[in-house]
Amino acid sequence: MISNTIVIVLLVFMVATAYALVRLRNLFAVVMLSGIFSLFAAALYVVMDAVDVAFTEAAVGAGVSTVLMLGTLALTTKMEKVHKKPSPSALVLVLATGALLIYGTLDMPRYGDPTAPINQHVANRYIEKSGTEVGLPNIVTSVLASYRGYDTFGETAVVFTAAVGVLAIIGRSKGGSMPTSTVARRRKEDEHDANNEEMPS
Amino acid sequence: MMAQKTVLRVVTKLLVPIIVLYALYVQFHGDFGPGGGFQAGVIIASAFIVYGLIFGTADAREVLPSWVTRIMLSLGVMVYGGTGVVALLMGGEFLDYSFLAHDPLHGQHWGIFAVEFGVCLTVSGAMITIFFTFAGHVKEKFSGAEK
Repeated sequence: MISNTIVIVLLVFMVATAYALVRLRNLFAVVMLSGIFSLFAAALYVVMDAVDVAFTEAAVGAGVSTVLMLGTLALTTKMEKVHKKPSPSALVLVLATGALLIYGTLDMPRYGDPTAPINQHVANRYIEKSGTEVGLPNIVTSVLASYRGYDTFGETAVVFTAAVGVLAIIGRSKGGSMPTSTVARRRKEDEHDANNEEMPS
Repeated sequence: MMAQKTVLRVVTKLLVPIIVLYALYVQFHGDFGPGGGFQAGVIIASAFIVYGLIFGTADAREVLPSWVTRIMLSLGVMVYGGTGVVALLMGGEFLDYSFLAHDPLHGQHWGIFAVEFGVCLTVSGAMITIFFTFAGHVKEKFSGAEK
């Protein structure tokens, strides 16, 4: 009962955040709100007992991606450009798609239903056998790293590819314009001082 | 820009080792509680990112030059794939850790340990690389140590 109330409150907050995200034109506020949205999602996952997912969402969605977005904003612009007024046909299209999606969820099993296909397939085997087959108390780690090792390998490759892509596109800095670090500056000052001592005026 | 903010600088210096320590806890405790290589990698990256934000990317790059993060990035994928290849050579299938040791359970433990280490290396390397690449293009905003 209490967890239902928490879920409803969190979902209401998420809808309000999403609405503000759509309406706002200030991109700095949009980035901050998307971080807040991620944080609400992480809280929701905690209520659903998916702490591993919540941890990742809080670290990646609310933490690092917000910083990366701010970095992107610093490179581009602070305000969203409004080109034209939204057309009514777009509204109809969006409403139709949304109605279709909601219609699709009607067929889905209820949350936590033990007879749902997702809970009948391999999940039971993981819960029953992973203790003797893999031997880790945290089944999530067993599934991620051992049973689903291929998938995690693929995910690692995706992260690698993302970083390589960023390096390939904007990785090359325009030669010699890197800001000098504190250490480099002190080194230069020391050399300067040493030169001055050698040649007293 | 942030060079004069004494409180931020002192708090950051105090926080960075604690963040890295927590990342190591998340990395090695992932077998028992929530966490694992991915989360630990992100937390390690956030330690360097917060250092770069406060002290400037150039100072952060003195600690962790770009060639180090690039090696971390690729080494992680190689450690992961290498674990699979070693399992292959030991007589199992690709990424079947049971063959890594005489006892299948020990093999699983070693395999998961190696794989999580690889994930942590790649994820932290990728996050740090992406942030510093972006920040390197915004000199006046992030290079706080300049003035």
